[in-house]
Amino acid sequence: MLKTRIIPCLDVADGRVVKGVNFVDLVDAGDPVEQAQAYDAAGADELCFLDIHATHENRGTMYDLATRTAEQCFMPLTIGGGVRTVEDVRNLLLAGADKVSFNSAAVADPDVVARAADKFGSQCIVVAIDAKTVAPGKWEIFTHGGRRPTGIDAVAFAKTVVTKGAGEILLTSMDRDGTKQGFNIPLTRAIADAVPVPVIASGGVGTLDHLVEGVTEGHASAVLAASIFHFGTYSIAEAKAHMAAAGIPVRLN
Amino acid sequence: MSTVLIDYDSGNLHSAEKAFQRMAAETGAGKVVVTADPDTVARADRIVLPGDGAFPACRRGLQAIDGLEEAIVEAVEARGIPFLGICVGMQMLTTWGREYEDVRGFGWIPGEVTRITPDDPSLKVPHMGWNDLVIDSVHPVLAGIETGDHAYFVHSYAMRVTEPAHLLAHADYGGPVTAIVGTRNVVGTQFHPEKSQRAGLRLIANFLGWRP
Repeated sequence: MLKTRIIPCLDVADGRVVKGVNFVDLVDAGDPVEQAQAYDAAGADELCFLDIHATHENRGTMYDLATRTAEQCFMPLTIGGGVRTVEDVRNLLLAGADKVSFNSAAVADPDVVARAADKFGSQCIVVAIDAKTVAPGKWEIFTHGGRRPTGIDAVAFAKTVVTKGAGEILLTSMDRDGTKQGFNIPLTRAIADAVPVPVIASGGVGTLDHLVEGVTEGHASAVLAASIFHFGTYSIAEAKAHMAAAGIPVRLN
Repeated sequence: MSTVLIDYDSGNLHSAEKAFQRMAAETGAGKVVVTADPDTVARADRIVLPGDGAFPACRRGLQAIDGLEEAIVEAVEARGIPFLGICVGMQMLTTWGREYEDVRGFGWIPGEVTRITPDDPSLKVPHMGWNDLVIDSVHPVLAGIETGDHAYFVHSYAMRVTEPAHLLAHADYGGPVTAIVGTRNVVGTQFHPEKSQRAGLRLIANFLGWRP
């Protein structure tokens, strides 16, 4: 049986972790590779690096990071943040990423998803969607860290990018992100039920029950969280045990 | 001893290269080389064929490199050296790929590759993530790997083997999904051993020490 994935996300700027594990003894807590190894050992199902200050000038640091992580961690790695072109995808895949995530570039030009999927296959193309509730049962895409509305309906956009070739959707509810109030369940379910590809729920996890709700009520195939793992509130093992107790299949070995 | 990973511009070989290098170092299996050079393949002691994307594109990618396919066939059929296919590299072991169009594979494992159609409509395609293996046949490459061990899958098409004896392991995803196949000196995994942590690294080590 396929297992529900638990994915810790590390925010990275200029090759350094700005929000990451701070509950274990690391020689260099700012080194993303050390953090990745800690999560690898802890039983995380995948890893996600998000380049939060991506600029053209500092792309090289992310390639180097992907390379060093792939040398140490034999588990799937997704990299996002500042990915604009097919060439960006190619460089990240060659460096060692397994999946690459488009965000605002896909909003500006959904066909970039098609060009990347045609070239490298849907299995490695993720589209990250940042959405906010604008009316009951209605969600809109926001870009630029949730500050800029686009007028684009999130569910329609999700369907569009999957048609273009996205193999997975990383869905963040911007009105929940950082609140610890739990996932935006109606949004998550609306998109998970609308597309045939896996949806990763993100944004708002504060308790282990929130992870369970994302799957049982939100219909997500995977759950992504940052703070609860980084600050040691819960371990990956505790999260998995809690989900297993709720009847969700998780990978325990 | 040399193991070649065949590079025909099909996706990311970096993690596969690193995983094989690590296990080769641990088991004393010699060097691991990433190459598309037919002469290097012709001299190899082991061959690993990865593959990401669509079956027809992978098949054409291989055939686009002059002499490469001939070198692989010669190595496997005439010299009988150990061969491991991964993901689409595994799918190409069979007779027919039926993704978008009908394309012939190497034909070493009779069968075909067709779209996954889970009997539960709520199951997503691609089949993406960790699934547990059910071991169907004893095989040296599976030493230390047991039913219940997890492997990382990412695929929308799967192989159906004609001969049940060629099925070494499967996973369940709304019905059985072929996970590992093998015959004579040829094995293949639908999942990515280089992404499958303990069980994957064990399988790689086993392959590097396999003497069929």
